[in-house]
Amino acid sequence: MREVAVIGVGCTKFGEKWETSFRNLFVQAGALALEDANISGEQIDEIFVGNMSAGRFVEQEHIGALIADYAGLATDNIPATRVEAACASGGLSFKQAYTAVASGMSDIVVAAGVEKMTDVGTEVTTDVLAAAADREWEGIAGVTFPGLYAMIATDYMNRFGLTREQLAQVAVKNHENGVMNPNAQFRKAITLDTVINSTLVADPLRLFDCSPVTDGAAAVILAPLDRAREFTDTPIKVLGVGQASSTLALHDRKDICTLDATVAAGNRAFQMAKVERKDIGFVEVHDCFTIAEICAIEDLGFCKKGEAGRLTEEGQTAIGGKIPINPSGGLKACGHPVGATGIKQVYETVKQLRGDAKGRQIDTEIGMTHNVGGTGATVVCHIFGRA
Amino acid sequence: MSVARFWRKQQNRYNLIGTHCTTCGRYFYPPRAFCPDCRREGKIVEFQAKGTGKVVTYTIIRSSSGNFKLLTPYVLAIIELDEGSRLTTHLICEIDQVYIGMPVKRVFRKLGEEGSSGAIFYGTKFVPA
Repeated sequence: MREVAVIGVGCTKFGEKWETSFRNLFVQAGALALEDANISGEQIDEIFVGNMSAGRFVEQEHIGALIADYAGLATDNIPATRVEAACASGGLSFKQAYTAVASGMSDIVVAAGVEKMTDVGTEVTTDVLAAAADREWEGIAGVTFPGLYAMIATDYMNRFGLTREQLAQVAVKNHENGVMNPNAQFRKAITLDTVINSTLVADPLRLFDCSPVTDGAAAVILAPLDRAREFTDTPIKVLGVGQASSTLALHDRKDICTLDATVAAGNRAFQMAKVERKDIGFVEVHDCFTIAEICAIEDLGFCKKGEAGRLTEEGQTAIGGKIPINPSGGLKACGHPVGATGIKQVYETVKQLRGDAKGRQIDTEIGMTHNVGGTGATVVCHIFGRA
Repeated sequence: MSVARFWRKQQNRYNLIGTHCTTCGRYFYPPRAFCPDCRREGKIVEFQAKGTGKVVTYTIIRSSSGNFKLLTPYVLAIIELDEGSRLTTHLICEIDQVYIGMPVKRVFRKLGEEGSSGAIFYGTKFVPA
């Protein structure tokens, strides 16, 4: 296996982008990444694109071909593959690209993610996202995605005494970080009261516990580490990769409050990277709901089960804290275009490690990403370091 | 859900027919054709659940879609059946009535319909026991 580096990154602004189509979101992100890596299209050997549900959001399948075509790469017959693992589609797309380069199969590979969610109404969006759960045995019972994470929250609060304020602090902290991220959907600070007084969606989760509906795309370029300096002075090395599966339905988990696929994927990434938890300068975690960030911090091994609420309340997960979580603003404030999120996490991590994160900069040499599909049926983690 | 897709699982949904691995003794409802513990060593037979159990966790859904839109607010719960398997269900009760550990029992109810002129689906939901 060859060592692999990220040599270029690009990301659209996240938000409700009524004026931009699915295909143009991808083209914008891809162009920014190519410009950043200072390469031209014909140098690309292969493309992977993470996308959850273009079939239902924009009634378009065959996404690999579409993006190769509109990125102007079909005339060069560059291979393009769509990767799907619900909200972990982006992270998995990166893992596929990593494998392609590490194996020697390809040299210059694009890992992208894109989702266009606002071309359908809220009710359709709710139903499309519910397809990340088990349609036959959860969907039919009236499950919504906030509902599934709400059931995790009910169990968690009952067992570990997590307070409403501690949960709300996750959203408050992520909005604070989002203010400093020019690509974030919400660049507005909020208070605990904003969260606690917002509309109930699925008890105990309220509107401000939930990540928003978002359009957006992100793309990164990978290359063998020994070629990376042909393209950039600041290559970022992929140190560790970990992917894991768990049961599709939440009710089949051994412990409702533990995403065992996060535990497994995290451990695999740490083992491969040969680094310790204390070496990690920050983590971009999958905070689709506030409770998801609490579980992620624990399941990745940064504290014991039941302690992440207190850690958050003490400011230890804020920028400047012991283990900063989601400097980008996370899914909550930066936005959550489902298939693009995993690549946006890599984008943020590369920006941080290059020292390009401006107002939200963390001084560190190692960062980590954590991308979840469904309620944790797929989890993909990556660890990155300065090369 | 299409008629054929629903019909395929109709006996399971109507009568809480799950599966049982006689090698390790585990019960599965929803049914599994393959035991994840014993894999190829497992021997799978059908069983009918008694239909009683308790609430493991729950939420109150305030915003939903499709067949469930008009039911909001409703209680959604994960139930552990007496046989040990867990399932997700609409729990028919007052929204302030539910608690963790609440005993529940099965009832036969309408689950949904395919639009205003399509098939109506029935199956099992739960109520306080």
